[in-house]
Amino acid sequence: MTTSSQPARAPASLAVLAERMVPICGAANVITDPVELRTYECDGLTAHRCSPGLVVLPASADQVAQIVRECAAARIPFVARGSGTGLSGGALPSADGVLIVLSKMRRIIDIDPVSRRATVEPGVTNLSVSKAAEPHGLFYAPDPSSQVICSVGGNVAENSGGAHCLKHGFTVHHVTGLEIVTPQGELTWLGDGTGCAPGYDLVGAFTGSEGTLGIVTKIVVKLTPIPEAVTTLLAAFATMGAGGAAVSAIIGGGILPGAIEMMDALAIEAAEAAVQCEYPAGAGAVLIVELDGPQVEVARETAAVRAICQAEGAYEIRAAADAAERAVIWAGRKSAFAAVGRISPAYIVQDGVVPRTALPRVLDRIGELSAQAGIRVANVFHAGDGNLHPLVLFDDAVPGQGEAAEVLSGQILDLCIEHGGSITGEHGVGVDKSRYMPKMFGADDLDTMQLLRCAFDADGLCNPGKVFPTPRLCGEVPGVRHGPHPLVASGAVDQF
Amino acid sequence: MPDPVLAQLSRACQQVGAAAPADAVAGVTPSYAASPASTKEAAALLRAAAEHGLAVLPRGRGTRIDWAVPPRRCDLVVRTDRLSQVLEHAAGDLTASAQAGVGLDQLADVLGTAGQRLAVDPPGGGQRGPGQGGSGTVGGLIATGVAGPLRFRYGGPRDLLIGLTVVRADGTIARAGGKVVKNVAGYDIGKLFAGSYGTLGLITEATFRLHPLPQATVHVTVRCANAEAAQAAVDATARSPVAPAAVELHWPSAGAPLAVSALLEGEEYAVAARAEVLRELLAAAGGGSAETSAHAPDWWGLSPAAADGTLLRIGFWPGRLAALLGAVRGAARPAGLDPVLAGSAAAGVLHAALPAAADPAAAVVFIEALRAALSEPAVTGAADRPRPPASASALVLHAPPAVRDAVDMWGPVPSLAIMRAVKDQFDPEHRMAPGRFAGGI
Repeated sequence: MTTSSQPARAPASLAVLAERMVPICGAANVITDPVELRTYECDGLTAHRCSPGLVVLPASADQVAQIVRECAAARIPFVARGSGTGLSGGALPSADGVLIVLSKMRRIIDIDPVSRRATVEPGVTNLSVSKAAEPHGLFYAPDPSSQVICSVGGNVAENSGGAHCLKHGFTVHHVTGLEIVTPQGELTWLGDGTGCAPGYDLVGAFTGSEGTLGIVTKIVVKLTPIPEAVTTLLAAFATMGAGGAAVSAIIGGGILPGAIEMMDALAIEAAEAAVQCEYPAGAGAVLIVELDGPQVEVARETAAVRAICQAEGAYEIRAAADAAERAVIWAGRKSAFAAVGRISPAYIVQDGVVPRTALPRVLDRIGELSAQAGIRVANVFHAGDGNLHPLVLFDDAVPGQGEAAEVLSGQILDLCIEHGGSITGEHGVGVDKSRYMPKMFGADDLDTMQLLRCAFDADGLCNPGKVFPTPRLCGEVPGVRHGPHPLVASGAVDQF
Repeated sequence: MPDPVLAQLSRACQQVGAAAPADAVAGVTPSYAASPASTKEAAALLRAAAEHGLAVLPRGRGTRIDWAVPPRRCDLVVRTDRLSQVLEHAAGDLTASAQAGVGLDQLADVLGTAGQRLAVDPPGGGQRGPGQGGSGTVGGLIATGVAGPLRFRYGGPRDLLIGLTVVRADGTIARAGGKVVKNVAGYDIGKLFAGSYGTLGLITEATFRLHPLPQATVHVTVRCANAEAAQAAVDATARSPVAPAAVELHWPSAGAPLAVSALLEGEEYAVAARAEVLRELLAAAGGGSAETSAHAPDWWGLSPAAADGTLLRIGFWPGRLAALLGAVRGAARPAGLDPVLAGSAAAGVLHAALPAAADPAAAVVFIEALRAALSEPAVTGAADRPRPPASASALVLHAPPAVRDAVDMWGPVPSLAIMRAVKDQFDPEHRMAPGRFAGGI
C-alpha cells in the first residue's frame, strides 16, 4: 500500500489559485477544506491515496479552459477526474495540484439517430448514453462493467472495453470527435465527428492516453443498432482445460460471439456466496457465451456453440430465454470482483492479456505460482480476447501476506509479457503499473510514446506521474536543427 | 569520384544505389534509392540519411504514391520491396504480423489458407481484377489509411492495427502496441501513423487483428430516383437489424439514378434469409424494386476515378447524406462538371471523381465551391443540431498536376497546430516526406 505524503510544493500559490478559481466556477465549486478534499484521495484503486491540494467542479468547457489556463500560468499540475471508478490510479490527485472533477458536466447534448451519433459531456455515465439512444433502436457499444456509474470522459481517457468488446470494439472504435482543453488551456476539437477527418488521427492517439494529453469536454460517439437477437449460454465443465478447449473451438469455427467469459472454481464459489447465482454444482469452470446479431445467424451460431461445448465435455448447458434469465446468468460473472470479498479479507484485481491460444499454459502456470506462494488466485476472464483478471486473495491481517500477494500479482504480469501479451487490457497503466512499462517496452519505445506527450504537454503539468516511469524532457530536441525556419513551418510565411 | 553519401548509405544498407527514373514521385526525382531487408537495416540507413540531412520518402509498390501533395524535396527513396516477409500468422489468435513491403494480395493468400482475412478492401486491394493499380502493401495501407466498403463494419486500417514497428527519422527503432487484440499499455502510436503518409517515420512491421472469411456473401441493391430516396435507403439499411458489412452508394452522373447496395456476410442459409428482409426494407425506403445477387455490382469496391484523374474524399455525418449529395452537385454544376459520386455512404465517406480531361480551372472552382458548401449549416446539419465547428471535409486524394498545384489538397484541418507539434517532435528536421501532409507538414 502506498500513500503519497510529499509536502505541498507551494501551498501559498495553491491558496492564491483557489481564490482565482472562485470567480470561474463559484465558491461552492472550489473545495479547500481538508476533510472534503480527502473524499477525492483515490479512485477505484484504493491502494494509492493522496489528498488533492485543491478540488474544482467546473460546469462548462469554458470553465475547464479557464481553470487550466490558471494552472498553466501558475505551473501547478492538474488531474481530471470523472466518476472515479478507474482501476489503475489514473485519477490519483497530486498533493500540490488541482483536481478537476467533471461530474457536473453531465449533459447529453444530442442524440442524432440518422447519423448514429451521440454528443455528450464527459461526466455523462456510460449506460445513460445507451438509455438515451434506446428509443431510436440504438445503443452505445462499449460496456465496461462499471457502466452504471463510470463516465464517458473516463472511458475516453482509459480506452475502456467491457465484456462485449470482443465483437464490438473498444472506446477508441466508437469515438469520432473530441472537444478538449489542451494543457495550455486552449479549447479545440480533435476530429470532426465523421470518423474520417483529414490529418493525423489525434482522436485515436488521445483516446487511451489516460488523461495526460488534455481534458475532454465534449465527446462524439457512434451509436450501434440494437441487435435483433441475443442468446446467452452458460456451460459447465469439469476442468479449465476443457473450457479453454471449447473457447478455441468456437473461435476456430469462425464464430465471433459478443462475449466469451470464463470463471474458475474459486471465482464460482465466491459468486455463489455473494449472489447465489446457482451455477451448476461441481464445475471446475463455467463459460458464458453471448451471441448477438440477426435472428437467423444467432440461432445457427447458438446451435453450433452448444455442439462445440458438448463435444468438449460440458456436462450442463443452460440457455437464457429472455432478458431476465440472461441477467441471472450474468449476475455471477458481474459480481465476481466484489464477491471475492466474501471469501477473502483482501484481494488484488489484476488485468493482463495473453494471446488466446496461450491461455491454458498461462492458467496452469498461475496455478503453480499460486501454490508456491500459498496465496489463492481466483480466475475470471474475458476468454475470447485473452484478457485475464486474476483475483489475488490474501489476508492483510497476516504480516507479509500483502507483500507476497503483490509479488505474485507482479509475477502474473511477467507471465503475460513472456507470452507476448500485455500488462493491461482495459484498466490502464495509471500510477499502478508504470513500473512495469519498461518490462513490456524498450527505452526507445517509451521515449517515442513520450514524443506525443511533449507535443501536447511540454511542461508536463497534465496528470503527471502516470503511465510512464520517468518523464521525458521536452525542451530541446537533441541533434542539430536544419529543418525549415520556424516561421515557414508555422505557416506564417512562405519560402520558395 | 565516388559519392561519399552513397558510400555511407551503402555501409548501412546492402542494397543502395542511384535512384531510377521510376523512383520519381510526382515529378520529384530522388538521388538515391535503398531497399533495406530488415528493421535493423532500415534503422542504420535512416541514421546515415540523418547524418547527411537527407529528405526521405518511404515507398511500397507505388499503388498510391501519387496521392497527397508531392514532397517538397526527396533525396532518398526507401523501398520496402525487401521487407517482404509475413512474420507470423497466429491463426488460433486471429492475428498476423507482416513486414511493411508485404502485398495485401500476398497476405490475403496466406491468411486465406486458414479461412481468415484482414478485413480491409481498398480499391486495388487484391480482391478485384486489374486496372485499379494492383495490390498495395501493408505499409502503404497504413500510411495512407485507405479503406473500402468494409470500413462500415470493420473500420479502417487504424481499427485493425494492433502493433507497429517504425523507424524514426533519426534511426531510432520504436515499437508500440503488441500482438494481442486487447491492450491499453502506453500511447497508441499506431493510430498516429495510420494515415500519416510517411511524415512521422518509416513503418517496417505491423500486426493486425484478423476476422474469419465469411461463408457466404450477398448483395442487395436498389435504384433510387433522387438523393432523398437514397438517404432513406442507406439509413434503413444502416439502422436495420440485418447487420450489413457494407452499405455503398453509386451515382455516376447528375442525370442518372442513384444505386444503393448493401453487402451481407454470414452463413449461406442465414444470409439468404437476411437478404430477403433487406430487399423489402430497401425497396420500401428507396422507392424502387431491390435486387438480390450473389455478385457485387460492377462498380463495387472500385475507385470511381482513373489513376490520372481527380479524386476527392468527402467525410460527413451520415445523417446529412441527401444534403451533401445536393451540395456536391450544386458545386459541380456552375463549374460545368459532372463528377461520379461513390462511396461508403453509411460510414460517412463519399468519393467524387473527375476525369483526367476535366478542365483544371473548373476542377478548382468545383473544389473551392464544395468546401464552402461543406461549412453551410444546411449541409452540416448545424441549423438543427449541435455540431463541431467543422463537421465535413473534402480532401483531394489525387489530381493531375494542374489541379494539384492550384488547390490546397488537404483543405482546412482541425487542430493543425497540434499536428505541427507532433511532427516537430517525431521529425524535428522535417526530413520525412516533407510537404506531403496537411498544412505543409
